[in-house]
Amino acid sequence: MTVTPGWYMALAAVLFVIGASGLLLRRNALVMFMSVELMLNAANLSFVAAGRELGILDGQVAVFFVMVVAAAEVVVGLAIIVTVFRRRATASVDELSGLKG
Amino acid sequence: MVELVLFIIFALAALLGAVTTVWARNAIYSALGLMLTLFSVAVFYVSNGAHFVAAVQVIVYAGAVMTLFLFVIMLIGVDRTEDRRENLPVQRPMALGLLALFGAAVLVAGRFTWVTGPGGGTGAEGTVENLGNELFRRWVLPFELTALLLIIAAVGTIALGLFRRGESQPGDGEDAA
Repeated sequence: MTVTPGWYMALAAVLFVIGASGLLLRRNALVMFMSVELMLNAANLSFVAAGRELGILDGQVAVFFVMVVAAAEVVVGLAIIVTVFRRRATASVDELSGLKG
Repeated sequence: MVELVLFIIFALAALLGAVTTVWARNAIYSALGLMLTLFSVAVFYVSNGAHFVAAVQVIVYAGAVMTLFLFVIMLIGVDRTEDRRENLPVQRPMALGLLALFGAAVLVAGRFTWVTGPGGGTGAEGTVENLGNELFRRWVLPFELTALLLIIAAVGTIALGLFRRGESQPGDGEDAA
């Protein structure tokens, strides 16, 4: 019984759904951020599996770029979280309702 | 056979890590669960022939990014466990319904394409040489653009860190740039 790329894609789909549930159900900004990382990794895994199925390197190049963008996103996002925490002393997104009107 | 055993073990580890990330009350446990998932995904990269990407995954994600996360968790405070009361009344049922819908859609989409195909090919080897050829020939311009992106991110982070509490923010009336 061989492991086809489809198995990896199914696993990636499950990981993505778990990450999306974290984004929807949690309110701690840090945990939501980690859920985003989880979803990015699921997408990366499906990129690599698809590249293997097609026998090309483009999937891995895409993963490379996704990683760079994710690293930049983590840096800026964590800086925003820390800045918000310094002003409001909370990391819960429910209490950040300043734009509510 | 080896790949099957590896897949089963590390798929379980990845799922455990993902559920821990989402479910744990303490943010530290969330970070550790995410680290477990990242390592498992690196193993999957190796078994898919993406050796360089796996190395980058361990160094950048499990190393640098998770260290940054742990720093921020320590900075913000570890013992703040959030209460789980939901203020929006329909948020949870709607989220779970959407997730069920999305999962079903993904599974249905998977049946149409080559998810059930023969597969098993080794594909292109993701060695440093092959990936470098691809990256610096066909994808030079996007590669340079990522350098620009990283510079913008670094400068933006420094700018965010510069403003202290009580100082004027950009957009607070005067131009604080």
